[in-house]
Amino acid sequence: MSDIPSELLYRESHEWVRDEGDGTVVVGISDHAQDALGDMVFVELPEPGMSYEQGDACAVVESVKAASDIYAPLDGEVVESNAALEDSPELVNSDPYGDGWLFRYIPSNPSQLEGLLSPEAYAELQDD
Amino acid sequence: MRHTPLYDAHIAAGARMVDFGGWEMPINYGSQLDEHHQVRQHAGMFDVSHMTVVDINGNRTREFLSTLLANDVARLKVPGKALYSCMLNRRGGVIDDLITYFMDEQWFRLVVNAATRDKDLAWLERQAERYDVTITEHPELAMIAVQGPEARARVLALLPENDAAVAGALTPFSAAVLGELFIARTGYTGEDGFEITLPAEEAEPFWNRLLQAGVAPCGLGARDTLRLEAGMNLYGQDMDEEQSPLESGLAWTVAMKDERPFIGRAALEDQMSDGLKHKLVGLVLEGRGVLRSHQQVFTAQGEGETTSGGFSPSLQKAIAFARIPVEAEGSCEVEIRGKRIAARIVRPPFVRNGKACEGIL
Repeated sequence: MSDIPSELLYRESHEWVRDEGDGTVVVGISDHAQDALGDMVFVELPEPGMSYEQGDACAVVESVKAASDIYAPLDGEVVESNAALEDSPELVNSDPYGDGWLFRYIPSNPSQLEGLLSPEAYAELQDD
Repeated sequence: MRHTPLYDAHIAAGARMVDFGGWEMPINYGSQLDEHHQVRQHAGMFDVSHMTVVDINGNRTREFLSTLLANDVARLKVPGKALYSCMLNRRGGVIDDLITYFMDEQWFRLVVNAATRDKDLAWLERQAERYDVTITEHPELAMIAVQGPEARARVLALLPENDAAVAGALTPFSAAVLGELFIARTGYTGEDGFEITLPAEEAEPFWNRLLQAGVAPCGLGARDTLRLEAGMNLYGQDMDEEQSPLESGLAWTVAMKDERPFIGRAALEDQMSDGLKHKLVGLVLEGRGVLRSHQQVFTAQGEGETTSGGFSPSLQKAIAFARIPVEAEGSCEVEIRGKRIAARIVRPPFVRNGKACEGIL
């Protein structure tokens, strides 16, 4: 059974979102996703200043197996991406909810947070 | 799906299983990268029981194989010696690549790919009609490949003293029969090691003894990155019935120096007199990204395509095989998700015996 922290929100496409409470949110991929993809070997992240709409492909994680798009969980503008992943993509495997975070951005439409999945709803999705 | 005799052992070891040509096989047992490094640095083992063992017996076996294979079985002089070869169709395309072991004049053993089993056997039967040889498949045999710098020592320690002496004396690319074991100093990783063929019921106990000796179980994922680094082709990806061995980096396996007739020879001679158009080369990605199969390659002499690609755990770089125009050399670009990334054209192998080969880094 994969780890699904209760303080995060999720998307069906396996991204997690953490509201930092300072007007920014942090995005990563779930434990379930990293486990299914396998060992990460390359991560391509959005540059600060890039804007995305909810559902846009904005990053790519590549495992030994395949490349997978990461979709913006909300509308917003990127303020920071996790530079450590450039040399250590394996952090996405070893610590998907911590050091393996992908990027931080300012949601332009915070009400979209309400449309994301609760930990319970995301867990149910995995049980299907 | 079909299961090998080691299926239960894989499940017990926590393997993630995938469909591989109709066989349910382990892709990894946790981390493909760790398994890759185990083989490069210590010893790893692979269940390759899905591969097809075919014995050819009869007085005219050598003569039969001489016309069947593009490499020349005349090179097999010492009993136990192995030869890598392509089996071609009349158009010079590759039906399969295989290893032939010469055991005695009445007995040669072939090991062919799992995915090509049916067509291989049909082709063998058809071509053998004129030679009065018997063709016997051995589905009751299992096969375990133990590979890595420590692989031979780990295996030898498990054998009775007399057998260990014989197996320990095997030179690269040769095999010996030790009771129920058929043990060959061959592999598909670029490391030293053995490929051991044994009765199905002996497979799990032997596997477990290797496990206890510290040999890491490794899946098809690591097997693929290891063989790619080692510059070894994968049938169906790097060559197939539509591709000539001469345009697949396999000219070294085609023996054309003398007049020996073999199936596909005339087509290869035509290709050579027309001039070869393509070659299979290695690529090392200079920019960031991962090479995969079927990416478009741009050279100053025209376009090509990657046939196999991946992230090389040993080199920490993306590498690939690509079929490109024959004149192209130096640098090229590969299209990865709409962007062209610089790559260097190199001559495989990329890695041998744990080290990067010259000119690769």
